[in-house]
Amino acid sequence: MKRLFPILGVLTAILLCYGLYQALVVAPTEQTMGDVQRIFYYHVPSAWTAFILFFINFVASILYLVKRRSAQDMVALTTAEVGVVFLTVNLVTGPIWARPVWGIWWTWDWRLTSTLVMWLIYVSYLFLRRFSSGGQTPTLAAALAVLGALCVPFVYFSIWFFRTQHPQPVIGGGGSIDPRMWRALLVNWLAFSCFAFMVCWSRYRLEKLQREVDEAHAMQSLLAPRGGVR
Amino acid sequence: MTKPSGIVRATLLKDLRLEWRSKDAINSMLFFSLLVVVVFSFSFDPTSEESRQIAGGLIWVAFLFAAVVALNQTWAREIRNQVLDAYRVSPAPANSLFIAKALGNFIFVLVLEALMTPLFIMFYRLRALGPAWQLLVVGALGTWALVVNGTFFAAMSLRTRSREIMLPLLLFPISIPAILAMVQATTAILSGEQARFWIVLLATYDLVFTTGCLLLFETVLNAE
Amino acid sequence: MTENAPVVIVTNLIKQFGRFAALRGISAEFSSGKLYAILGDNGAGKTTLLRTLAGLNRPSSGEVSILGTNADAREFRDICQNVGYMAHPSLLYDEMSGMENLQYFARLYGITGNTRCAEVIKAVGLDPDLVRPVGQYSQGMRQRMSLARALLNDPRILLLDEPFSNVDVHSATEMVSLLAGLRDKGKTIFVVTHQASLLEAVADESVWMEHGQIVQRSPNLNRLGASPADRPGHGHGQR
Repeated sequence: MKRLFPILGVLTAILLCYGLYQALVVAPTEQTMGDVQRIFYYHVPSAWTAFILFFINFVASILYLVKRRSAQDMVALTTAEVGVVFLTVNLVTGPIWARPVWGIWWTWDWRLTSTLVMWLIYVSYLFLRRFSSGGQTPTLAAALAVLGALCVPFVYFSIWFFRTQHPQPVIGGGGSIDPRMWRALLVNWLAFSCFAFMVCWSRYRLEKLQREVDEAHAMQSLLAPRGGVR
Repeated sequence: MTKPSGIVRATLLKDLRLEWRSKDAINSMLFFSLLVVVVFSFSFDPTSEESRQIAGGLIWVAFLFAAVVALNQTWAREIRNQVLDAYRVSPAPANSLFIAKALGNFIFVLVLEALMTPLFIMFYRLRALGPAWQLLVVGALGTWALVVNGTFFAAMSLRTRSREIMLPLLLFPISIPAILAMVQATTAILSGEQARFWIVLLATYDLVFTTGCLLLFETVLNAE
Repeated sequence: MTENAPVVIVTNLIKQFGRFAALRGISAEFSSGKLYAILGDNGAGKTTLLRTLAGLNRPSSGEVSILGTNADAREFRDICQNVGYMAHPSLLYDEMSGMENLQYFARLYGITGNTRCAEVIKAVGLDPDLVRPVGQYSQGMRQRMSLARALLNDPRILLLDEPFSNVDVHSATEMVSLLAGLRDKGKTIFVVTHQASLLEAVADESVWMEHGQIVQRSPNLNRLGASPADRPGHGHGQR
């Protein structure tokens, strides 16, 4: 397993470079927005990657509530953390794109607004993990993750309806996409997913090591109390 | 063991009685609600036409403030003297406790809303152009949405550091779709537009989250 | 049921809070109709043991069996009907009177009417008609009312954590004779206390704990053997 990591790392690096090439060189220039539109190839895949991660978080949380295995909790933790990072990328690239095109930083666009709410939900999840005390954290966090995931459809649906009543400039565009753009999008999504997997894996290993250290301390406390001799 | 409904009733009555006995808490909550309305009236000029259009949103934000303060209080009572342990060692089911607490909070927040609403109507000269009875439905559904999640997250925050800030931190993001629905429904009714989508959304939200909280409460109560 | 049938069986019970191990491998059996004095220094794990038996803590590993049912099982909730728990905090609502408190808790156990509540309040030597809220009681009265709450459901197993702390001698003596009477009726009583002398005459067995383990059990309250440093530290409790 360990040898796979560098191989995967190289593969990811290649994919990311290829994605960059696709996005900046191969994909055609957009008609109305020009080259600024190329940020689309980062804006959209980062959101898609985040969704996958949060879905895994949802499944891992449910599994944890049923099986109570530490591994499931660690998967939930890592996917949430990395997912928030990718959502942040999406939230930052949105305004960066909007400003030159429409002259405003924030447009209350349906997707961007929904992403903001999702971001808030999962950041609150991370806060809960930080503020709750040791033994309960996995259980409380898993419960919150389930409720948060249940909320996501409501978020998207309600904001979509709201925006159809109060239309705003739409980031990410509708309409048909040139197949070369589509390909650039997919390549970048694949690259981002691989990258996300790498980061999650590293974070997982880090967390696992940390927990092993904690367990070693706990075991020591178990076998020999403070000041006692074995 | 008593039937669960009997336990819900006993717990609810006990909470209402305790709330009534600690008149200080009620009085300060009522006064707080009044203050919120007045402060809003100074921040959002009631005499301007724009303010009357956003009154729907103003009311619900005010209710949200009042709800958070109320929610923080009701579990605090179970922490003093660790009375919650007495419940946990008994054969009474955890869900009965949750339902009783949620209903108690619901009643409490409704009372606060009943105080604040006439003031808002008066200060902002509000008039419902749509069917006014729908406002009661929205009021009930919206309040329940805030209270059911609020009771759950307040219980969750009991064991965390910075307990009082954790409640709004957890409650607000998840409540956003519900808040949007309540505000849009209220505004629609006040301006005589179609509110049906928002009411249905709110009802669905209530159903989903009441079920979710009921399924997860026992786990959260006994987490350690 | 024979008088000495084991009602509480603990097998290699371990409870850890993060890096700290509060219970480090406890194996023991406790029989019905006995009063056990759980003794030891602060931090020995006495409170954790009681809370685990009451179902308030889940074991990190090992098993707890009460009245034949495993603490992890779904049916454990039913066993709670037979267990009474009293802790150092009063587990009562300060703003209600003793009777009102007990009336509420009685409902949780399926007890209707006021007779049982009044009976139990009188048994601990308090007045059922007292309307004063519990928050205004003296410490002795509060501990007694807390004991009354633990006795409400006529439990077969009583778990009492420091019932005599800050209680005047008179109240404490009365509580002790009440406990002895209950023990004679066949109940199993666990008392964690720092005031072992109070239980001198009534305790059937003393259970000494140290650093999360049971280090000694003896039929009287005297601690036998050498100083703690010589005790074996590994997982065995002596019977």
